[in-house]
Amino acid sequence: MKSRDLRISKIANDLPPSGIREFFDLVLGMKDVISLGVGEPDFVTPWNIREAGIFSIEGGQTSYTSNKGMMKLRLCIKRHVKNLCDIRYDANNQILITTGVSEGLDLAFRAILNRGDNVLIPTPSYVAYAPLVYLCGAKAKIIRTDFHDGFKLKPEMIENFADSKTKAIVLNYPNNPTGTSYTKNELQALARVIKKRAMIVISDEVYSQLSFDFKHTPFASLPAMKERTIYLNGFSKGYAMTGWRVGYACGPVDIIGAMTKIHQYSMLCAPIMSQLAAVEALENSKNSLDEMCREYRRRREFVFKGLNELGLSCHRPQGAFYIFASVKKTHLSCTEFAKRLLKEEKVAVVPGIAFGNGLDSFIRIAYAAKFSDLKEALSRIAHFLKKHRR
Amino acid sequence: MDEILEVLEKDARIRPEEIAKMLGKSTKFVKSAIKKYEKQGIIVKYKTLINKELLKEDRRRVRALIEVSVIPQKNLGFDYLAERIYKFPEVQSSYLVSGTYDLLLVVEGDDIHTVANFVAEKLAPMENVRATVTHFLLKKYKEDGDILKFRKENRRIAISY
Repeated sequence: MKSRDLRISKIANDLPPSGIREFFDLVLGMKDVISLGVGEPDFVTPWNIREAGIFSIEGGQTSYTSNKGMMKLRLCIKRHVKNLCDIRYDANNQILITTGVSEGLDLAFRAILNRGDNVLIPTPSYVAYAPLVYLCGAKAKIIRTDFHDGFKLKPEMIENFADSKTKAIVLNYPNNPTGTSYTKNELQALARVIKKRAMIVISDEVYSQLSFDFKHTPFASLPAMKERTIYLNGFSKGYAMTGWRVGYACGPVDIIGAMTKIHQYSMLCAPIMSQLAAVEALENSKNSLDEMCREYRRRREFVFKGLNELGLSCHRPQGAFYIFASVKKTHLSCTEFAKRLLKEEKVAVVPGIAFGNGLDSFIRIAYAAKFSDLKEALSRIAHFLKKHRR
Repeated sequence: MDEILEVLEKDARIRPEEIAKMLGKSTKFVKSAIKKYEKQGIIVKYKTLINKELLKEDRRRVRALIEVSVIPQKNLGFDYLAERIYKFPEVQSSYLVSGTYDLLLVVEGDDIHTVANFVAEKLAPMENVRATVTHFLLKKYKEDGDILKFRKENRRIAISY
């Protein structure tokens, strides 16, 4: 065992494993579970997009592409982003096609971080940010947002946490796991502090297309933010394309250039069939996108109200497909709650601590599941709560 | 289209109180909207989509698409004749179409003879029916937007971030 440890680098060895691995294994080992624990859409990729992928393979398009990604796709993205919010990126040197937003994140951190830098990460957050920062030899500085503020990051929190070594901040909205998003005004307030503290923004907006209450504002579209924002987006969530592994990064020439350099030696390029499918997604999928979005919004209302009726307090999420609910009143820790709910009622949810320290009284419920399952899951949760009422 | 209709079109068994929750409306509002749609004939009825090919006793039933060329009648157009035809219970669906023929029917019967008899004895001899072309259906893949093949679903990993 010892010699084996020596084979592994110190940095990999010290990378903390997920705290809820054991719970995941428990879920994966059980049958007939209604899972509200899945971080991906329950829809299949719309057929026209799948068909474009098949067509590309049939046509023999099986090669590498330019490291930056196919020009055709970059131009589509350029147009798409411009229509969204009138930010103009140069398809030649400000847009990079990545293998999902996950790769974009990794590249962004690696392109900007030096040993000793720190990065502000508001939590609850997606699980990958802090480990990726750590892999760069930098430090994740966690900002805990508060349930009572709807888990919203406030400008003064940035002020309080930023120091001379703060190189960047990660924003993720609509947020996984809370579904929290920000209006343009709220973002402007954040932008002012960010500008003052001269930090880079890594903006993970992969859920942007699933915004239910107001129009999504890309952070880069705010005054003076384009030159300091790495805008990350992709196709996984909005177009139900998780398995295709395709996303993109838009940003300043120097940063995209550095990211491209790393990308060309590591990933080389995103799969060509996925890139061609992504073109189809951007060009011809508005109807299916809108339909899925309406469906998520209806589910959101249904689950949000259902949980409230059960007395599990939560905020109405503004986007994505998650609800972060408090299980405090059960006096069970989130992991205990999740384990028992799984064993006794066969419903899977993700314990809150997966998304940051101190989130022990929350669970993440993903409503990316069909309506009949959501209904059944809620009634099982109701049964569970009745049993454990104190 | 009103979202109430969108929801019901996908699943008619969703209850008004559930729709109300989903759409942020009161149950009363949803109920009265549904009633209104029923009254206006926008909601025609609620029925179940059954894949009859999987039913043993139904497997021998046959369906046919029938192209019908007709002579439209003065002052009555196609509607009068169409009505005389679609009133036969054998006719499941009936459309007026553009192109080389006029009416397109979906006809269903217990066996091939029933359908053949319907065409030979009821439809073809009608005054003003000029010609018919019958296509027997061999297999039904998709009906009204629903793919009938029994699909394994949910290939997702049961839990992920």
